[in-house]
Amino acid sequence: MSTTGKEPVAVVGIGQTKHVAARHDVSLAGLVREAAARALADAELTWADIDAVVIGKAPDFFEGVMMPELYLADALGAVGKPMLRVHTAGSVGGSTALVASNLVAARVHRTVLTLAFEKQSESNAMWGLSLPVPFQQPLLAGAGGFFAPHVRAYMRRTGAPDTVGSLVAYKDRRNALKNPYAHLHEHDITLEKVQASPMLWDPIRYSETCPSSDGACAMILTDRAGAARSPKPPAWVHGGAMRSEPTLFAGKDFVSPQAGKDCAADVYRQAGITDPRREIDAVEMYVPFSWYEPMWLENLGFAEEGEGWKMTEAGVTELDGDLPVNPSGGVLSTNPIGASGMIRFAEAALQVRGQAGEHQVPDARRAMGHAYGGGAQFFAMWLVGAEQPGS
Amino acid sequence: MARYAREVAVVAFAQSDHLRRTDELSEVEMVMPVLHQVLAATGLKAGEIGFTCSGSSDYLMGRAFSFTMTLDGVGAWPPISESHVEMDGAWALYEAWVKIQTGEADTALVYSYGKSSPGSVRDVLTRQLDPYYVAPLWPDSVAMAALQAQALIDAGETDEAGLAAIGARSRASASANPHAQLSGAVAQGEYQVAPLRTGDCPPIGDGAAAVILAAGDVARRLCERPAWITGIDHRIEAHSLGLRDLTDSPSTRIAAEHAGVFESPVDTAELHAPFSSQEVVLRKALGLGGDVAVNPSGGALAANPMMAAGLIRIGEAAARIHRGESDRAVAHATSGPCLQQNLVAVLEGDRA
Repeated sequence: MSTTGKEPVAVVGIGQTKHVAARHDVSLAGLVREAAARALADAELTWADIDAVVIGKAPDFFEGVMMPELYLADALGAVGKPMLRVHTAGSVGGSTALVASNLVAARVHRTVLTLAFEKQSESNAMWGLSLPVPFQQPLLAGAGGFFAPHVRAYMRRTGAPDTVGSLVAYKDRRNALKNPYAHLHEHDITLEKVQASPMLWDPIRYSETCPSSDGACAMILTDRAGAARSPKPPAWVHGGAMRSEPTLFAGKDFVSPQAGKDCAADVYRQAGITDPRREIDAVEMYVPFSWYEPMWLENLGFAEEGEGWKMTEAGVTELDGDLPVNPSGGVLSTNPIGASGMIRFAEAALQVRGQAGEHQVPDARRAMGHAYGGGAQFFAMWLVGAEQPGS
Repeated sequence: MARYAREVAVVAFAQSDHLRRTDELSEVEMVMPVLHQVLAATGLKAGEIGFTCSGSSDYLMGRAFSFTMTLDGVGAWPPISESHVEMDGAWALYEAWVKIQTGEADTALVYSYGKSSPGSVRDVLTRQLDPYYVAPLWPDSVAMAALQAQALIDAGETDEAGLAAIGARSRASASANPHAQLSGAVAQGEYQVAPLRTGDCPPIGDGAAAVILAAGDVARRLCERPAWITGIDHRIEAHSLGLRDLTDSPSTRIAAEHAGVFESPVDTAELHAPFSSQEVVLRKALGLGGDVAVNPSGGALAANPMMAAGLIRIGEAAARIHRGESDRAVAHATSGPCLQQNLVAVLEGDRA
């Protein structure tokens, strides 16, 4: 296999909505159009400059619309153009960006609009995930019930003290205060308040859990020629990959899934990264429950096995730490599920473009966006840089 | 071939028997035999495939993340490079084709499936309409197709006898297709929604399909006569029927132009036209003459498993090339009400 013939891909436009619990003022179409219009404005392009649209979101049951891309074609300027709809569970926002990126890399299209959204207020995500099916394991009242035992397994395996999860939540919620698009802006947040919040799915507390958000995120991806015309610095895609493994089988390691390790290794190989801990300046990681930060630090190769929680505890992942994780506030502060992965990818791109505002990591040159979904079985990641690959 | 970076071909195709009900089968059980068949046809193991992509719909299954279960049927261990579209499998094939074009994979497994039998598919499909203004009225898919058929009749493009002939020809052709749900002399029947009678409408059924794609010399090694995808493109139109001329399909025409359909004649067309009237629209958009074998498999009027029927059109066209029965075929897939979204692929075999 050869990857040398690929067209370099650049992110030249990024747009998000202000994520909130319920956007009663817009329809689904209004929500996605707001993010898309902002991405176009950022790139200083118009709808006519877009060759194709790639859209993603999590299950259709979250809004109660079957294949909503059909209805959204008009709102996204897709009429007469190709439109693809990706759905890979919680990783979908990342996968959607990667499918769009491949269209440019393969030279099938030159400039692509990619967008992911969720308008969770139209329905109830927890019960949307809990529809009973005969002879199959239910998700046990939403995602928290499914993931809590795996967090517990991580704690037992590594000996991590039970204070680590609250440190992550406290950090991410403080970071969110610097991000005007973040859903939760808890100005009076304290570590004590996180630790005193009710236990939902032991050991996961209320304040260590992601909110349910309405929101959309869009990006404009383009080729070298498009990047050359970009009015703002582009973020270049240095590597991107997806990996999947089955939901349930005897050999699966729910604490550190092999698919996550393999996906990260593929991205690092493409990007020429040999020491991710030193060579990557910021990470936007999919952490819907706080304990997943230390877990993914190990899974992604930033920490040795059993050592992830020590990095968190030592403050390495703070905004002013050595390896800032989720400077945007992360999924713990903003979770329009289908969009959450794309927000990670977009926030990584904002960092290397130097456009992250108050939550900018100084001189971030390489950043990683990460998403996962299903029963910790679908992974999508990309690594973006300030320089064009190979330069 | 110069249109794209790499030559990519369909090298294997398999489909289930399409049945009105498959109560005793889960989706995984429905998908696994076709996966095993395409892998066996190429001698590849799941772990040797470069990229896997599937198409399906949670709404048919009645649960969120339904595709996570069928992935188990692939045997995704060690972990695989994999993706999913909430679309007909023809678009999963498109995503896989793009992946191969990037050079990141040399082979791809594409599959799709749908069970319509557990619910009322006419009602279910209303949920894909504009959720604020149209879906609350529950206009069903047959009624919307009937609007399109009446528009064609009013425009003088066809009449009820012409529509009936399409249905009769399709089901006669399906006599040679052991997987078809309806074949032979099927009565035209009563009006479902005028002017469409039973014979103008697709059967409701369950089914699955799978395809293997391969690039260049890998394709030549895996298949005696690969069906090269010399062009593929898809386009979408406005959602609202009031914004469209229902007697035409501009998205099909644009996709066909980009796929190179009009550059030289085709001998075969596999069209995803669930309603007889839609074949009239597609023939016109694709400029098909009377010398083209249209839906020799029987098409969607003989078997229309939701989410797989479009992929089956590509597979059937490819299989004819594999067998030497076609040299240049066009395959088409559709989605959305009244042909809103359309994919067109050109498949060619090496000439002797």
